[in-house]
Amino acid sequence: MPEFCHVTVIDREGVQTELDVPTDVSMNLMEVLKGEGYPILATCGGMALCGTCHALVLEGLDELPPRTEEELDMLDTLPETFDNSRLCCQIKAPALPEKITVQLAAIED
Amino acid sequence: MNQITTDICIVGAGPVGLFAVFEAGLLKMRCHLIDYLPQPGGQLTEIYPKKPIYDIPGYPSVLAGELVDNLMEQIKPFNPTFTLGQRVETFEKLPNGDFKVTTGENTEVICKTVVIAAGLGCFEPRKPAAKNLETFEGKGVSYMILDPEKYRNRRVILAGGGDSALDWAIHLAPIVGELTLVHRSEEFRGAPDSVQKVYDLASSGKIRLILNSNITELRGNGVLKEVELMDKEKNASVIETDDLIPLFGLSPKLGPIADWGLNLDKNAIVVNTENFETNIPGVFAIGDINTYPGKLKLILCGFHEGALMAQKAHEYVYPDQKLSFKYTTVNGINPF
Repeated sequence: MPEFCHVTVIDREGVQTELDVPTDVSMNLMEVLKGEGYPILATCGGMALCGTCHALVLEGLDELPPRTEEELDMLDTLPETFDNSRLCCQIKAPALPEKITVQLAAIED
Repeated sequence: MNQITTDICIVGAGPVGLFAVFEAGLLKMRCHLIDYLPQPGGQLTEIYPKKPIYDIPGYPSVLAGELVDNLMEQIKPFNPTFTLGQRVETFEKLPNGDFKVTTGENTEVICKTVVIAAGLGCFEPRKPAAKNLETFEGKGVSYMILDPEKYRNRRVILAGGGDSALDWAIHLAPIVGELTLVHRSEEFRGAPDSVQKVYDLASSGKIRLILNSNITELRGNGVLKEVELMDKEKNASVIETDDLIPLFGLSPKLGPIADWGLNLDKNAIVVNTENFETNIPGVFAIGDINTYPGKLKLILCGFHEGALMAQKAHEYVYPDQKLSFKYTTVNGINPF
């Protein structure tokens, strides 16, 4: 397990920012990004039930653990998803690879 | 128009709004609740009714749906009234000091104080990114099925792959003239029973199943006439229809409350921590919708906020009465 994961985040306006996330914390990627001030509602608080932390993994997808059943169920109800769609709340910090790039999915109007 | 007069109008019937009825009731204040969802309970009922909650005092574990049932039981003595399935739109202060809260369906609530307990806002349907979708809202496109009979003998397209889409497909199949279910992926992940029923209805010709496809465009002439679909190989097809019902779940929006002149900070209403009143005297905000230094979005914090709110609301409802604090163990519950 790498000590840090270098996360590149592309927000909904296309602005790219970078942060180093320690992998020894008991948090998930949604909590990390929300804590950093990214606009993630996280209505359900991380139960894979609201879809507001939906993101596309542009780099590092294959190094992440597979999608959970709960995550697949939720993604299945969203109007638009892609092969690289993930819910950030289901990606635990210790499972992060050395480097990933995520793009926050557009929120429907 | 439906007009209701009450002491407190509570916007939002989630757990915090419901418990506020209890705290208000102890002080003999009547409450009317308005919620956009068709049932009380807010996200506990709508999103996670079967999830256990572990941080409600006195309950080592309680299912979210069960907590809502218990709250409904707890507030019953205070006879709250509800307007459900309607969204609060406007709010105004009347010359006599009362407030008037109006919903999109012209329900008017005249009250002494307003308590906003709207969580993360009202849950609105998620909309697919299809061209002209909003043009046909109310003219063939709807996001909720309130009266299935409305669709009798009509051509209906349901879009979505979750339990809601499956359940409605099963329910509508014998009613409508022609039913099409469009789903984005190859398979359904809903309850296995429902999935099997939908496949059975498809093999007997009662439902036309279109998988691996998205709705891309709606066309019509004043009313919806046809829907264009695109499959994964980018092949387009067109289906004539009378109705399109996208069922992609709900997502919260602050909605019209954002325009009420309340001080906001990142979509949350700023309140003081003495009584959770907003910058508008007589208007309170409790639960997940408010913010203050140290705010924690926990149900139990919302309960506390409701208790303190009620003490201050009493001054607006009974300006001539002095409030003396009493324990329920001393005074009991006095229904009205």
